[in-house]
Amino acid sequence: MQFRKQTLENGLQIIAECNPEARSTSVGYFVRTGARDEADDVAGVSHFLEHMMFKGTPTRTAEQVNLEFDQLGADYNAFTSEEQTVYYASILPEYQGRTVELLSDMLRPSLRSEDFDTEKKVIIEEIRMYLDQPPYGADDVVRALHYGNHPLGRSVLGTVESIEQLPVEKMRAYFESRYSPSNIILAAAGQVDFDALVNDAQRYCGQWRDLPAPRDLTKAVGANRSEVLHKPQSTQEYVIQLADGPAAADADRYAAKILTVVLGDDSGSRFFWELIDPGHVESASLSHHDGQGSGAFVCYMACDPEFANDNLKRIRDIYAKVEAEGVSETELAQAKSKLNSRVVLSGERPRGRLFNIGRNWQDRREYRTVQDDLTAVDRITTADLAAVLKKYPLSRNTTVAVGPLETVG
Amino acid sequence: MAPSNPAQSQSTSSKLAQTIHTHTFPNGLVLLAEPMRSLESAAFTIRVPGGFVNETDDRGGLGVMTAEMTLRGAGERDSRQFVDDLDNLGVERGDSVGDALAGYSGATLAKNLLPALRIYADVLRRARLPADELESARMVALQELSGVDDEPGQKTMQELRRLHYPHPWGRRSQGQREALETITLDEIETFYHRNYRPNGAIISVAGRIDWAEVRDAVGELFADWSAVDVPPLVEKPRTVRRGFIEHDSNQTHIGVAYDSVPYSHPDYFQAWGAVGVLSGGMSARLFTEVREKRGLCYTVSASQTTLKDRGSVLAYSGTTAERAQETLDVMLGELIRLADGIEDHELTRLKARIKSGLIMQQESSGSRSASMTRDWYLLGRVRTLDEISEQVDALSAATINAYLKKNPPRDFTIVTLGQKPLEVPGAVS
Repeated sequence: MQFRKQTLENGLQIIAECNPEARSTSVGYFVRTGARDEADDVAGVSHFLEHMMFKGTPTRTAEQVNLEFDQLGADYNAFTSEEQTVYYASILPEYQGRTVELLSDMLRPSLRSEDFDTEKKVIIEEIRMYLDQPPYGADDVVRALHYGNHPLGRSVLGTVESIEQLPVEKMRAYFESRYSPSNIILAAAGQVDFDALVNDAQRYCGQWRDLPAPRDLTKAVGANRSEVLHKPQSTQEYVIQLADGPAAADADRYAAKILTVVLGDDSGSRFFWELIDPGHVESASLSHHDGQGSGAFVCYMACDPEFANDNLKRIRDIYAKVEAEGVSETELAQAKSKLNSRVVLSGERPRGRLFNIGRNWQDRREYRTVQDDLTAVDRITTADLAAVLKKYPLSRNTTVAVGPLETVG
Repeated sequence: MAPSNPAQSQSTSSKLAQTIHTHTFPNGLVLLAEPMRSLESAAFTIRVPGGFVNETDDRGGLGVMTAEMTLRGAGERDSRQFVDDLDNLGVERGDSVGDALAGYSGATLAKNLLPALRIYADVLRRARLPADELESARMVALQELSGVDDEPGQKTMQELRRLHYPHPWGRRSQGQREALETITLDEIETFYHRNYRPNGAIISVAGRIDWAEVRDAVGELFADWSAVDVPPLVEKPRTVRRGFIEHDSNQTHIGVAYDSVPYSHPDYFQAWGAVGVLSGGMSARLFTEVREKRGLCYTVSASQTTLKDRGSVLAYSGTTAERAQETLDVMLGELIRLADGIEDHELTRLKARIKSGLIMQQESSGSRSASMTRDWYLLGRVRTLDEISEQVDALSAATINAYLKKNPPRDFTIVTLGQKPLEVPGAVS
């Protein structure tokens, strides 16, 4: 296992974890752009643009892009979050060169008006699909409520209205400024020929023009509010809570992660024993998201509306108790065993490693081995967890409920 | 030591550096294993004949209630000790209730595999089924059932399976509310003792394992488990083939099914190839025609599904109400057009995708253990990746077209969910 890196003159960074034992290769472009980099007049453009990348280039039609990925036998896709847009493919090692050529070409798309108009309909279908299924857009509402005017309050999908009014020219301008080579990482994991990767990147991306792509990294200070969205057609009540937590560069992010395993994992956690095992909920979880500059704890709960108030009280009690009394050594040890196993399992596939190294490099310009992560987890103490809770109390959160109830609390 | 009959052990080596061991114990339990030396993990899949087809009509959900109760203490462990011990072993796990089979799966660091299997031996043989946990288990099952009501896509496909499959294969695992509300502990105990049995059970493990060690350990845990005889299942033919569910939603959801061949059929790979041309990758026909060219939807797909003795193709799309009719028309059009044949280049792409998928399976202990179990249930043996690879190599547009000529997609079962029903063109039978 060897880590290698190189930066092209225009700022494009290339990183790889080369594992000659691996049977496959995963390659991806990590672009530091997402909902948090948008303004009101282009709400949803990062995600829409991600779709448009598959719509062809000066030398390829949309159909050819899909055809070629399939010819390579690639398992490929893309996703957009508040923080980043990622394009990736898993392939057999012999197709590394052709895959890098295709992905690189895609990243300089034509953005043709007629493709834009057709794809707009698909995006609107996607938004409507999410509006029909839990949590019925409440994830966007809770973010907006928690972060207010901070860029992290923005929706990844945008709204039907914001997408309908978006002109192609504004997407082109957004693309120019955000898909600048110094804002992009080309990452690879598994069986990688690194020298070929660098040569290919130079050949296909060397001429990309570097433009400034600034990001507002003001630390967000979330609100402490609540709201109920009345959705009479829903059978269950859904609740989402957001609380501030450690950010991607904060040393206490590992403690935050362990804390969520102790409290909100799908087995053996406090949520499990208080909410899931007795059948009070359909599901309940707590997770930690480490964004650039700001992080968050996210609690998600789905239950029979009749039990929603009792369950919210149970969650408040869990928060109050852990903030007052902390976490036991037994709970900590159990959480570490679970995390160790997860780190090893996800590290066995090149794709798991790709996302790990890409994200670490994007957020911290840091390479971490599987062993580094295992060691970091192993070092955490109950005092570290208590410190995280003191700095980021879970009881101070924004809560949004959606479902048949008109009031909750 | 396992009372093993060497004549029933076999191992198969292959070009893809794969060794598969199989062993059938005298009580009927089958053990499958694939050592994967490059991994640090090991995974297991356990299946017993506790699936929903073994329920009676008025006890829909007895399968899930039983599975849920088996996880609430077994052998010397109460519910909390059971969860704690598996968590301390770092077992990433799941449980499932399918049509014929129910069971458990998990993955963890290799050294923890045998301790985990010891715990599951108690679950399979000595579940406590504690009376004071019955109401909690009932609540869990009822909440899951309610959750489905809020997932229109899932609801559509459940109704499609109900209409398309002969009864009881079209049941849903979540069961029925009236039954879940009244299922008794006695019924759960009876279901457990009848269906959690070695004859018909499969255990498969994959990853960094030692075959002899696993075989001996499993023998020690299960060889004295007694078989239970059960009468064969009685099926009822399907009748109604059109369904509509009124639902106050933005989108209309569409499910279409037609008959195909099962995994055990000599033509299975022909049928699989044909469906791959419809819906494998973003250059496949349904995605291209419905989404890429017309922008009608976000999701559209078709997949080959299989029972032991029959196969089906299930297709799905979800789209805005006003464009739903066009979506259904285009989908049906593509299904019918498939009978006109496929082109070589479509198949070449599909082969490339399948080949890389097979190789990538070998990077995951969990995928290998799940596939081996599925193969054994459906075929009574495990197909090596080499064998699948050869079957795929042997496909050509000509062989698939010959299959499609004999078996054109037709006689569709169609279900829609939304504000109003759609029209099915008269020409479609």
